[in-house]
Amino acid sequence: MSTLILILITGVGLGALYFLVASGLSLIYGLMHVLNFAHGAFLTFGAFLGFEIARRIGSDTWWAFAVSVVIGGAVGALFATLTELALIRPLYERHIEQVLVTVGLALAAVALFEGIWGSDPIYISAPPWMNETTSVFGALVPNTYWVLMAAATLLLISLVVFLRFTRFGMIIRAGVENRKMVTALGIDVRKAFTLVFAIGGSAAGVGGVLASHYTGYVSAHLGSTLLIFAFIVTVIGGLGSLTGAAIASVLVAVLQQFANYYLGGTGDLIVVVALAAVLLVRPAGLLGRTA
Amino acid sequence: MTATDNSAPASAPRSAVTSELRRRAPLLAGVGFVVLLACLPLLNISIPGILPTPTYQPGAMALMSLAMVFAALALSYNMLLGTSGMLSFGHALYFGAGAYGLGIALEHLGVPLWPGVLIALLGGLVIALITGSVAMRVNGIPFAMVTLAFAQAGSVLVRRNASVTGGEEGLSLNTEGVPDALVGVINTRNLYWACLVMVVVVYLVALWVDRSRLGHLASATRENELRVRVLGLKPNRARLALFVIAGLCAGLAGMAYMLLQSGTVPRAVSADLTITILVMVVLGGVGYRWGAVLGGVVYTFLDQRLTVLAGSDAIDALPSVLRIPLSEPLFILGTLFILVVLFAPGGIAGTVHAWIDRRRHRSARDEGLRELDADASANDEPVEVRA
Repeated sequence: MSTLILILITGVGLGALYFLVASGLSLIYGLMHVLNFAHGAFLTFGAFLGFEIARRIGSDTWWAFAVSVVIGGAVGALFATLTELALIRPLYERHIEQVLVTVGLALAAVALFEGIWGSDPIYISAPPWMNETTSVFGALVPNTYWVLMAAATLLLISLVVFLRFTRFGMIIRAGVENRKMVTALGIDVRKAFTLVFAIGGSAAGVGGVLASHYTGYVSAHLGSTLLIFAFIVTVIGGLGSLTGAAIASVLVAVLQQFANYYLGGTGDLIVVVALAAVLLVRPAGLLGRTA
Repeated sequence: MTATDNSAPASAPRSAVTSELRRRAPLLAGVGFVVLLACLPLLNISIPGILPTPTYQPGAMALMSLAMVFAALALSYNMLLGTSGMLSFGHALYFGAGAYGLGIALEHLGVPLWPGVLIALLGGLVIALITGSVAMRVNGIPFAMVTLAFAQAGSVLVRRNASVTGGEEGLSLNTEGVPDALVGVINTRNLYWACLVMVVVVYLVALWVDRSRLGHLASATRENELRVRVLGLKPNRARLALFVIAGLCAGLAGMAYMLLQSGTVPRAVSADLTITILVMVVLGGVGYRWGAVLGGVVYTFLDQRLTVLAGSDAIDALPSVLRIPLSEPLFILGTLFILVVLFAPGGIAGTVHAWIDRRRHRSARDEGLRELDADASANDEPVEVRA
């Protein structure tokens, strides 16, 4: 019983990490039709700079952890904004080229990170509480998972509030429905695009710092591994659907953890099989708009 | 679709002899080029800075053979992206299926080379059919994501099942069933010729595809899928057929790679390799067969030379701001790739063709990537964001 609970909770925690990455991907794709391969690079960069800051101000205090999360988010947002302005904006409406540019950026960025920080993983330290466990009905759950879940919940709530109740959120939703009309009404939709990139990038940067605490190390390839699962999550959830991404993140991660435990470490394969099954039954994804 | 098709109407008014010559010119040039390549191992030509050794020595031949393997791989990818407009991120899976398929057939089934090739091709066919038909449930960008996921699953399978595939260590070639003429460094010349034959075969397949009804149907689907459907044709069947053919060609390239390198590593199935192929094709020019070949060759040589450069003393002496980026070949290649996409979307071949077209005072058509996107935006529909 306690094993079952442990797998379930760690699954939800891993799902929270997936959601931190997938939410940005899904938002960006939904609004701009850009498949952002550089999202993993935003994440890795956030993780590295968060680690550098935390190392300098004493990495096992809560204060350092909080600063590293904030820095990770800020760096991710900055990197994403620059990417949008310099690389994506000149190619508006040319989706395949936008994908290719982000592929090139991911390639160059990962190589640069390897050049700066080396290709071996760097092990990091965290506040002592995060290395401990909490007992839930007899299951000893590592505390990192609670942090992940809290961060993802906070992100989901603030995104929903932002999209529903703020002026910019309204412009973003309207821009998706009918961009020409919004432009004709005198609103600069391009600002909304940059904003969406910044939001996605900052979620990825925070995700990067938390992912480094989840795995226990930072490496130049931290982002690329997570990115593939985030892609799978966004397709299963339905491209452009935030709620879909949230549900799919948790489903995929829980499925993965169960398969890893009960089916001899086949979690990664099961996830791909699930993707194929969803595509065969509902090509638009769980909550995607049916074409 | 090709340069020859385009120039046909323009040359019509000229005299019959000239037009006949113009029509045959690419064929003659191609045959001449292949003959020249076939003769290279018998000649002593040194190209300092590009080839490590004179052409008759194994070092240069191995590098040229590798360039041909990647040229064939790029050609097969161009069938997907160039001819039918499918952006696949899982093409490495079929390359890996060829390499590992042949390796496993030789190692675990103990068959000779040719039956092994047949087994690997059959395996690749089955994998391409299954993954292709599932991935084709979606189009465009989601298709790219799904193919990426399949390739990732393949990569995981290869890494996990160490008893069959050798895991992270890779699988080395069991030379028992392979003819002696294709084994060892002294026989690099024969391997070189084998690779040349392979790339010519793949080129002919690509040529046939582009000129066949199948290729026309696939490229018509790229232009306007709705119209193809209205005409009562089955675009998905054509695309699946093309996907499988491209997969088999990639498998052939994978087998040549296996023989050439006497082994294979998990990287042959990874998403990294797919991205490498994509860089080659875009660099050379999407939609041009000779562009894909050139892209594969240029990439292989660049990668090799940049790696040599990275280890050189000149780089080591630079301050770290310059040294770190310059000592990472992938950083330079990635940046080059971004610049090509931004400023020369036709790649090498597209830029050359646009230049020739301008010289002939004809309106330049959309080149390479631009052409793809002009088509894609036609049947683009907005996606809704729901909170």
